[in-house]
Amino acid sequence: MMKRWNVGKRLLPLFAGMMLLLSACGRADLSTLNPQGPVAEEQFGLMKLAISIMIIVVVIVFAISLYVIVRFRRRPGDNKIPVQVEGNHKLEIIWTVIPLILLVILGVPTVNSVFGLSKDYTKDPDAIQVEVTSHQFWWEFYYPQYDIHTAQELVIPTGKKIAVTAVSGDVLHSFWIPSLAGKIDTNPGTAVENGTANANKMYFEAPKAGVYLGKCAELCGPSHALMDFKVKAVDEASFDRWTAAQKTPVALPSDPAIKDALVKNCLSCHAIGDQGVLVYPNLTDIGSRLTVGGILVNTDEAEYANEGTTYENLKRWIEDPQAVKPGTLMPKVELTEQEIDGIAKYLSELKIDYEK
Amino acid sequence: MAHAHAHTVKRYKGLMDWLTTVDHKKIGILYLLAGGFFFLVGGLEAIMIRIQLIKPLNDFVSAEKFNQLLTMHGTTMIFLAAMPMLFALMNAVIPLQIGARDVAFPFVNALGFWTFFAGGVLLNVSWFTGGAPDAGWTSYVPLASPTYSPEYGVDYYVIGLQIAGIGTLIGGINFLVTIINMRAPGMTFMRMPMFTWAIFITSALILFAFPALTVGLVALMFDRLFEANFFEVANGGNAVLWEHIFWIFGHPEVYILILPAFGVISEVISTFSRKRLFGYSSMVFATVLIGFLGFMVWAHHMFTTGLGPVANALFSIATMLIAVPTGIKIFNWLFTMWGGSIKFTTANLFAVGFIPTFVMGGVTGVMLAAAPADFQYHDSYFVVAHFHYVIVGGLILGIFSGLHYWWPKMFGRMLNETLGKLTFWTFFIGFHMTFLIQHFLGLMGMPRRIYTYLDGLGFNNMNLISTIGAFLMGLGTIFFILNIIVTSVSGKKAAGDAWEDGRTLEWTIPSPAPEYNFAQTPLVRGYDAFWKEKMDGHKEMTPAEPLGSIHMPSPSILPLFMSIGLFIAGLGFMYHNYYVGGGGLALTFLCMLIRSLKDDHGFHIEPDELHDKGVKA
Amino acid sequence: MSAHSHVDGQLPHEPEKATLEGRNKVLGFWLFLGAEVVLFGTLFSAFLALRDKVGDGNPTADELFNLSTVAIATFILLTSSLTSVFATQAMHAGKKNAMIGWLIITVLFGLGFLGLEIYEFKEYVHEGHGFTTSAFSSSFYTLVGFHGAHVAFGVLWISIIIGQVLKKGLTVVTAPKIYVSGLYWHFIDVVWVFIFTVVYLMGKVG
Repeated sequence: MMKRWNVGKRLLPLFAGMMLLLSACGRADLSTLNPQGPVAEEQFGLMKLAISIMIIVVVIVFAISLYVIVRFRRRPGDNKIPVQVEGNHKLEIIWTVIPLILLVILGVPTVNSVFGLSKDYTKDPDAIQVEVTSHQFWWEFYYPQYDIHTAQELVIPTGKKIAVTAVSGDVLHSFWIPSLAGKIDTNPGTAVENGTANANKMYFEAPKAGVYLGKCAELCGPSHALMDFKVKAVDEASFDRWTAAQKTPVALPSDPAIKDALVKNCLSCHAIGDQGVLVYPNLTDIGSRLTVGGILVNTDEAEYANEGTTYENLKRWIEDPQAVKPGTLMPKVELTEQEIDGIAKYLSELKIDYEK
Repeated sequence: MAHAHAHTVKRYKGLMDWLTTVDHKKIGILYLLAGGFFFLVGGLEAIMIRIQLIKPLNDFVSAEKFNQLLTMHGTTMIFLAAMPMLFALMNAVIPLQIGARDVAFPFVNALGFWTFFAGGVLLNVSWFTGGAPDAGWTSYVPLASPTYSPEYGVDYYVIGLQIAGIGTLIGGINFLVTIINMRAPGMTFMRMPMFTWAIFITSALILFAFPALTVGLVALMFDRLFEANFFEVANGGNAVLWEHIFWIFGHPEVYILILPAFGVISEVISTFSRKRLFGYSSMVFATVLIGFLGFMVWAHHMFTTGLGPVANALFSIATMLIAVPTGIKIFNWLFTMWGGSIKFTTANLFAVGFIPTFVMGGVTGVMLAAAPADFQYHDSYFVVAHFHYVIVGGLILGIFSGLHYWWPKMFGRMLNETLGKLTFWTFFIGFHMTFLIQHFLGLMGMPRRIYTYLDGLGFNNMNLISTIGAFLMGLGTIFFILNIIVTSVSGKKAAGDAWEDGRTLEWTIPSPAPEYNFAQTPLVRGYDAFWKEKMDGHKEMTPAEPLGSIHMPSPSILPLFMSIGLFIAGLGFMYHNYYVGGGGLALTFLCMLIRSLKDDHGFHIEPDELHDKGVKA
Repeated sequence: MSAHSHVDGQLPHEPEKATLEGRNKVLGFWLFLGAEVVLFGTLFSAFLALRDKVGDGNPTADELFNLSTVAIATFILLTSSLTSVFATQAMHAGKKNAMIGWLIITVLFGLGFLGLEIYEFKEYVHEGHGFTTSAFSSSFYTLVGFHGAHVAFGVLWISIIIGQVLKKGLTVVTAPKIYVSGLYWHFIDVVWVFIFTVVYLMGKVG
């Protein structure tokens, strides 16, 4: 199969050049044209094959169109009646059979790939199992092998198969990491609830360490546009440190007023370490995450409107969640300025230092 | 026929004439006016969407408003703009092309228009009653379920579309019967003009696709209004079921839209190339095949739903197969032009522009058919670009072509060619500018239906270009409206054979067509009936009957009232006011009863009223 | 008298197809029935997808259905289809009174069927199987109820046609209506056969 693709490329260096141009398109952590893992690469391969075939078709049609338009236009004063041709069986057979051949060339690797990419790694002990649950408008990740709940940031070891089981906690969403793998919908209703297995499975792999952007690809409400997440691929040792750190107890704020406010207002929905409840995003390592709410990017050199330091972002989020993410279920909690400051400061310092 | 029983029928003038008309030509104009109006509404919504996306983190509209805009843009353009404008062309042209005096069911024809209009108005009322539907034109559950959309918006979607859908369904049945039963003597199926063939197949698709939508909408309506559990996951409902039902309707709907455009292009290209349509029989075969395959491929909208590899593989292959009959059509058009004498009128510019544009939409369609690659394209701007290439680049270019082509026949005046060409070039360039670049946006990771995007992702410039293109398309539309206004005041009167190269029966009668269409039913002696007569040295068709009195159906106000009844009923049930709801239904049923009990004897136009064939009777 | 007085007394053998309007009506109605097939087909698919989703503590199909009532209803409806055929035959023979008689019997059978169905539904609701109980119950009532509504509409429609024939006689205008309503009646009968099999029998067995 791979061989045929190469033959196609050799025959059509022009298109290979075009491909190069396309490959340069977009950010490496976001573009499907710049795949960073084997799954996205296979999908990109299929895309390249399809695009090559389609460019041939388009070029042929454009060429004939142009020729016809120029050659057969009616000149002023021309009143002759052209020959009324009924058809031409030979030509008609040609443009029926050639497309069929092109479709076989595209169809065989397609079917191959459909079955290849549907391989189930959820029983594979070597794969990292992740249960993805989508919510309006955040992502919950559960690692059954480690019993770890986290949110918005999927930390994975490089070079390992990541076996995803995806469901939704409310409406339809779609789990998409363009540079690593195509998307899969998250359907509501788990196997436990109503006896049907609506959970979808997929797998992917990130050979290179780095951060990859993830998106929700199914309209899910007002903040569908803001339902971003990150996939952070780290080496295996870092991953082990991360999983271990998730289990270590976390101290609550030393200031009793802030602690009270936090326990009363935040931990009624969120969890920090072994405290609080796991209904909404787990905050255990929120200080070391790349974003707040998946959308406010944490950085010391803010450049865009959605960027700021972790502390600033947390403050902005707590002060008015609806202004950041319209429709979010996070309420605007009645807190004093000092309490917000204190909570934001405390949360921004909830860091796990796992990357060496 | 003896006319001892000629009844005197009240004939209305002015507004009442339009409200009561059962004349297919006038109904066609009504469809055009209403569809054109909704086209402008949907276009305005599109412009607002594009303004919001002109730069990252824009706040031109809110997230909620944006979702309403995108839902209403899609719903309006498909159900309230594109379909009605097709029905406008169907009504204006089909009876003329087959040599019929009317459609099979003139009363039902009027009813179809008014129910569509009632449904369309009802949908848009939502803007003023607290918010339009906002779950996308596909209205996927659970987002559209009462749990996650407790407001009235989606109710308007469900009930508005239900009412508009009735109109479409009965329209489809009407044209099927018209084409099967009312062709002029000699017009065998294989002598029918290509546009008639396209409408024939489209009507069949409507017949078999719309009932599925009806059931889906009923189920969602029951869920929303009466707490049923079709899609309520907590009570055993199934969200994927909606996707299946919607797309079993939704995919044929795509072909319902595009086949008539294929028909228009076939007529226009053949006329302005002065050449017989190349490979007519294979064109017919391809149309039938596309219609048939259209029902076999719905799940390609659901590759990421998780149907499993077997379903995905089968639907991939089935979808790719549609490329074959479509390719046949493309090459047949090109070879119709080959060796011809091509005149570039505005109508033909749109038709010639259609071919490469539609091919681009078609090839991305085949790309999307490859399921594993679709995991990347799906629900990204790549898909947005693809379906706008087939729907705008295909259907809307086709409709523009058809409107410019048949305008003289519909209104008796020629459109201005300079303004027409201005329309074409601004719209055509604007279109490619808007949508070509969206392919790349999608591939670069931009999901569809997002109300904003972050800065620094590399989306900014492309979105800016796309928005500028949208404004150009708007400008093109304004040129078209300008053209209509200018020529309605001072346009050139159109001759019967307005383009001088007319090939089919509609060009054998005066422009606009008289009320009775044909004073004498023509005898059809071959494909391209009028052209054949011209080539044999005749100026007009041989009549198939002697001059006689012509029976016409009476006008009726009942279709309007039936639709008003449905409109009231829809509003009543939506707000759980069952007296109002029941009252609306009662009005509709009362009108049905009156229609059933009172025989319509119609009236007759006598031969002495026909003598001046050039003037509208 | 009415229009088409030229056919007075001498009704053609198939009066429903004597005029173009009549032929259009018959063909249009066949096509409409094609749409109805898709409509019921989709309802059946929805029912099949949801029929196991009964929910905890709610009666299952097996516990619920009382086949003997349904069998009687089936028998009544099938017989009414036969009487509807007799009515159409009488029309073709030009026997107006016989035709009206058969139509009245058909309507009465239809009413009987509806009565049984309402009784049946009341029993189900009584046993805790309401419209909003579960996905199974919603899809059940929607499918069977749609059919019931079709029967009710048919009863009303045929009654109105009987009135028209009494007033205007058997003409080329009324004949297509009678013929077409007969088609409709057979169609809802066929749908019922599928409902009986798919909903009731399979509910008992599966």
